[in-house]
This record gives sequence, structure tokens and C-alpha cells, in this order.
Amino acid sequence: MADTDGTTDPMVPRLARIARRRRDGPQVWTLEIEAEDSAGAGFAPGQFNMLTAFGVGEVPISLSGDPAEPDRLVHTIRAVGPVSTALTRLGPGETVGLRGPFGVGWPMAELAGHDVLIVAGGLGLAPLRPVLYRLLAERARYGKVVLLYGTRSPQEILFRRQIESWRRRLDIDIEVTVDHALGDWHGHVGVVTTLIPRASFDPAHTIALVCGPEVMMRFAIAALRDAGLPDTALFLSMERNMKCAVGLCGHCQIGPVFACRDGPVFRFDRLRNVLAVKEI
Amino acid sequence: MEIEGLERILREHSFFAGLGDAFLALVSGCARNVRFEAGHYLFHEGEPANEFYLLRHGRVALELHAPGRGPITFQTLGEGEIVGVSWLIPPYRWAYDARALTLVRAIGVDAACLRQKCEADHDLGYEMMKRVTSVLIQRLQTTRLQILDVYGTHG
Amino acid sequence: METSGTVVITLEGLESLIGLLKRRGYRVIGPTVRDQAIIYDEIAALAELPRGWTDEQQGGLYRLVPRDDDAVFGYAVGPHSWKKFLHPPTELLWTAERTEKGLRVTPAPLPDERFAFIGVRGCDLHAIAIQDRVLTHGGKIDPHYRARREALFIVAVNCAVAGATCFCVSMQTGPKATGAYDLALTELGREEDHRFVVEAGSEAGRVVLAELPHRAATEKDIAEAEAVVSATAANMGRSMRSDDLHELLLRNLNHPRWDEVAARCLTCGNCTMVCPTCFCTTVEDATDLAGHRISRSQRWDSCFTMDFSFIHGGSVRASPRSRYRQWMTHKLATWQDQFGTMGCVGCGRCITWCPVGIDITEEVAAIRDSEQH
Repeated sequence: MADTDGTTDPMVPRLARIARRRRDGPQVWTLEIEAEDSAGAGFAPGQFNMLTAFGVGEVPISLSGDPAEPDRLVHTIRAVGPVSTALTRLGPGETVGLRGPFGVGWPMAELAGHDVLIVAGGLGLAPLRPVLYRLLAERARYGKVVLLYGTRSPQEILFRRQIESWRRRLDIDIEVTVDHALGDWHGHVGVVTTLIPRASFDPAHTIALVCGPEVMMRFAIAALRDAGLPDTALFLSMERNMKCAVGLCGHCQIGPVFACRDGPVFRFDRLRNVLAVKEI
Repeated sequence: MEIEGLERILREHSFFAGLGDAFLALVSGCARNVRFEAGHYLFHEGEPANEFYLLRHGRVALELHAPGRGPITFQTLGEGEIVGVSWLIPPYRWAYDARALTLVRAIGVDAACLRQKCEADHDLGYEMMKRVTSVLIQRLQTTRLQILDVYGTHG
Repeated sequence: METSGTVVITLEGLESLIGLLKRRGYRVIGPTVRDQAIIYDEIAALAELPRGWTDEQQGGLYRLVPRDDDAVFGYAVGPHSWKKFLHPPTELLWTAERTEKGLRVTPAPLPDERFAFIGVRGCDLHAIAIQDRVLTHGGKIDPHYRARREALFIVAVNCAVAGATCFCVSMQTGPKATGAYDLALTELGREEDHRFVVEAGSEAGRVVLAELPHRAATEKDIAEAEAVVSATAANMGRSMRSDDLHELLLRNLNHPRWDEVAARCLTCGNCTMVCPTCFCTTVEDATDLAGHRISRSQRWDSCFTMDFSFIHGGSVRASPRSRYRQWMTHKLATWQDQFGTMGCVGCGRCITWCPVGIDITEEVAAIRDSEQH
């Protein structure tokens, strides 16, 4: 990052090109982009970039690709607002603005030697996919690896083919559940929290990583605490409005912390008190 | 031998965790081993709640039928869980279909038999009430989350 | 002069100071009367200062009133703060141009304006120091702010007037100017004996001062100057106990008082606009009709708007209650966690300029008092 010395404006984007674009669900697209000045600085699982659709605006998008391939910047985007919609409509070769990577990611160093329980909801699987790539690439460094994934319906399962191929491995437990299903679905039905009491892990040696809609994370954390995990073993990734991503614009405050600079990944005990307050 | 085997299985089932020996003996007097092939129904909506099931193996879908939409699964259950919670409180009638998604092995408990024992011994009745209520509360809470449709875009 | 460093200048000396700063290439900004208020704007001469004017302030009320003397700095603070110049309401960040060769992004040039501020109060000096911490002392900095800040020359004023909404004593930011200034003035005497006791706070200040017509301050001058500050300190319009605010507010996030204040709050955001420490910004993209020229600007934002906390699906802080609570707890409590300082300097602007007269000191007192019962 050229701006660590403060000489470069942290608000000015670099240019990047869409290399690949793939549909990953209703309104969900995965964009792989390459920075033009391509110094693949790498990123940590859980970090995010600020992507600009020129003439429309800029939004934070988490990195969802393999951290072992730093030149391929992969972002999974749901078209929900004007900027995300504009981004998902860009095709290969088109230009986007890129700032980042930003933020504090998942506690990768701390995971070594532990069982890792990943609880993801909906699009929340995207910022956890880099963790899965890393865990599976260095599988021997970790204990048991469990992925519990919940989403709305079978049609909305993110990275479906990849989940199926990981499922064939014997060194990771994967359970997928959906909130609603018609008769042709033979998997779990029920919210993702129902998978937690059924999963097998040793609460004394497990670190849990949780990402999804805030309500889902609240209930997942309650279920993990009920299962015996201490607050210091629970990590979650927070979503907030962000304009600058470097702690200057004030938008992403959650009580005493800035989601962009101090997070987006937080150990639960740091947010326990503020998350208990509505509309904080 | 048969009875002893059932008692052991019941003792190990999480629904009966911590239940005393005397009560376990009472319950096992109403219990039998059952098995359902994939696709078969454990019970149907509207039927009297004559027998409930403690799953030992396999997966069961709880379904509602909506005209034009076919069966909608609102919950699946697996090993260690209970299928059917309407047996303890009148009108003792199932409110959904329960369909085996895989081969299912379970303990079937004769509801009328156990209800009679609960009426005769309210201590047993209170134990059953607490266990059923706990399941109901969990299912109510997860249903609320489903209603919230947390993964929707709410545009 | 070398020994104490404290000197005395006259009105002519003040006039010379303005001229000297202009000749040295500064844009001289000072208080001036405009639209029935004392605001900060570019000034060219002593005559543009609000000589003979003062301000009457209360919750939701500001009135310009003639003084019965010719004091130059005989008012408290107006609706403007110096952030208007250092951290302006809108700032161009970059422009981009689409050509056949593709897109090219050009960062906005760093400002080369050199400001000299005249009449910076103790509260506002601390407010500048707080924005320095926020915008230039974190991991990433705002280079536009830093460029203006580094070139800044500050002429502070020790307050001779305590406004009815002032509480700098409670926040330990005034009325004496402390911190980073180049020169600090205390206005003494009026009419024929009108003079200013001047202290230099930097080398740049000493150099400028040496070029002004001055005499050494006498013990009497210095005693009079101290008396001015003491009198102001004794006349604060408001007070707010500040040592326990962090815990007090954070343990009362669900206090019913937030509903009470929300019933009055219009969420207009005036308090955030007049606050000298509020730093929040948003960005706006603009493009020409053909989409060939694109630009992004930063502008002041307010935590009182619904958009401020919007994430897909809705705003995190949808209720006025939560937005007022965010603003006040940020100022007085979580700011300390984030930046190691208080976010409030006790200038009282948020009280004066609130259209319904919501008073931050009264809100704190209400929450604190409720714990006594």
C-alpha cells in the first residue's frame, strides 16, 4: 500500500479490470478483478475492498477468493443497491475502482491447533471462503474443521459446486440447511442455529467463526455459548455503512469501535455489551 | 431382554437425558422399535397423535401441503430428536406430515399408554411436560427466525 | 521581551498584524458581522472585525447586540467554527476521465492555501487539536486536512465573554487559550487605553510579533489579563461534570431519557454542523451526461440522517432516539475509546443552534440525576 506514509490520498482508487464474472445465485455475482498496477499485495481472509462503479459510487465488498492467489481479487456481490447492481452488470474487460484491502480479518494464526467451527448464513459464506481455502490448504495445522451453512432456499446456496466437492473430502464436516424447501430437497431444513447442537466438536478446543445477517449471528452466538464455547473463542464479522474504510468518515461506528478499522472481524467479547443494545 | 434393550436406548436418547430409572421403566413399557423406509410417512396431518418417535438414525422432514405448491418442508429432524410433540396435550392431533427422508430407525412410544401413566403419576407427567415444552420453545424460536427471512433483501 | 515573551500591542498593532500576515501570503480569516451573526470569513482590515458587537445566546436563541464599548473580541462564539476552513463542507477527492485509451483517475490537488486564523478561542483551539487527532493521527490520514493544518497560523484570543451556553471550564478547554497557537491575545482597556497583551506560542509567532510595534508588558498588564480570564471562568453560562461521562452514558444506553429527548429532537443535524469537532463525511459521485467525466467529492455528513447508517435492508439507527444517543454518547463517551480525548469542548454551539433548544448539559444532568434517586 503506497499510502502508509500518508503521502497518497487513501480515498483515491486504483484501476482494476474485470477478469471473470460468474453468477452465484439469484442477484448474486462473483467478480474476479485484476488491478492494473498489479502489485498483488495479498489479503488476509476476512478483509474487504472498496469497489467503485465509476459514475455510480463505491461500496465495501469482502474478498471471497483464495488468499494463496493474491493477484486474483475475487468478490461476491449481491445486487441490492445502485452501486452493487452496477458492479454486477460489468463484464470482462470493464474497469472498476479499487481501494484496499482493508480491515482486520479472521484470527488465522490463532486457529492453528484448534478445531474450527464455521457458521455462515446466506452471503456470509463469502468472507469465510478464504478461511476455508486456507484451512484446507494447510489441513494438518488444524484439528477438526466443521462448516455449518444456512441459507434461504436450495436455489440460494452459495458456491454450491465447491461445497459439493469439499463435501467429498473426509477431513471436513459440512452441513447445509435451508430455511424453506419444497419436496425435492433432501437436505436439512431449519435455521442454521439448529445445526449447532447437532454438530460434533469439542467446545474446549474450538474456535468458532460466524458471519451472516446480524440477527442470525446473534442467535448463532447464543447457541454456541449454550454449547459451551467461551466468548473469547467466538469471532464474528460485522457489516456497517462505510464510506472511507480507513476510520475517517465516521459511518461504521459500533459504539467504541470502527467496523472498518478495528474490524470487520471482532472477537465476541469486544462487542458483547454493545450488541445487546438495539440500534447502537 | 427386549425391554432391557429398549430402556438402554431410551436412557441414551437425548430427549430422556437425566430421567430416573423408575420413570425410564414406565416409559419403556409403552415403547417399541420401529423402522421407516425412505419416503414413507411416520404420520399425517390431522391424524390422532397415537405414537411419537425418538429418532435413532436417519432424517425426517416435517411438511405442510399447500395447494398448488406441493409439500413444503419447514423443518428436518435427525438422530437424537423427537418427531411429534402434539401427543401430550389435547386434542392429541398431528399438525403436519412427517416423512422419512432416509431409512429411519426410531423408538415409537404409544402416546395413550404414556399419557395414562402421566395422569397416574404427575411427577412423571411433569418430567414429560418439561421435555416437550423445551422442544416447543426451541421450535418456536427457530420458527421466528424463519419468519424474519433474515437472508432476504427486504428491498 | 526575551525574558517573559509577553508584550503589549495597540489596535494599530492588531491592524499591522492583519496586514503583515496578508503580506506573508496568508489568507487571513477572522470574525466579522454577516447576516446578523458573527461568523468567520476572510478579512482585510481591522474595520471588518466585529468591533462593538456581542452576541446573546440561549438554548435555541442567538442574537447580535451592540456593546456599550468598542471591544473587538467581546462576543462568545457564532455559528461557524474553524473546521469550515480546515475540513471544509465539500472537498473534491478525485476526477476521472474516460478516453479511448481507457479511464484515468486524477487525485484532487492538495490545497496550497495558507490560512491565518484570528480570534481562536480556547474551546476552538482544543477542537482543532481534536480534529488533528481524528484526521491526521490514525493509521490513515486526510492529506487535504493535513496540508491546510500544517500551513496554519493561529492567533488565539483569551475569552473575555462567557456566553450563556458556554461550558469550557467544565471541559477544561478555556477560557484561557492553551495548546498549539502562534500568538495569543488578551483584550484590555477600551477606547483610549485599548490594548492587547500578546504571548507567542511558537517560533513563527515570535518572528511575526517581533515585526509588530509593541512594548513589553508590565506586571499590571499581565495581572489585568489574568483577571479577564478569571472573570470569564467565573461566569460560565452552563456547566457539566465531565469526569464520569464515559461510564455514566455507557451504562445508560437504554435510559428512558433518550425517548424524552427524541420527542423534542427534530433530527435536523444542526448540532453536528455547528459542532467544531464533528468530522463525519460522506462521498458523492458526479458525472457528466455522457459519463466521460466523473468526480467524487467528500462532504460533511451527520449521524442524525437516516442514510448515515444505511445498510441494505434499512438503517441501523432508524429511530431519532438512537441517533441522538449516537451523537451524544460519541461526543462524550466513545470518542474517548476511539481517540483518547473527549469529543466535546464546551463551546455551547449545539445548545444555541438547536432549533428546539436541546441542551447537552441538561441531558447529561438528567441521566446523572436519575441515578441519585
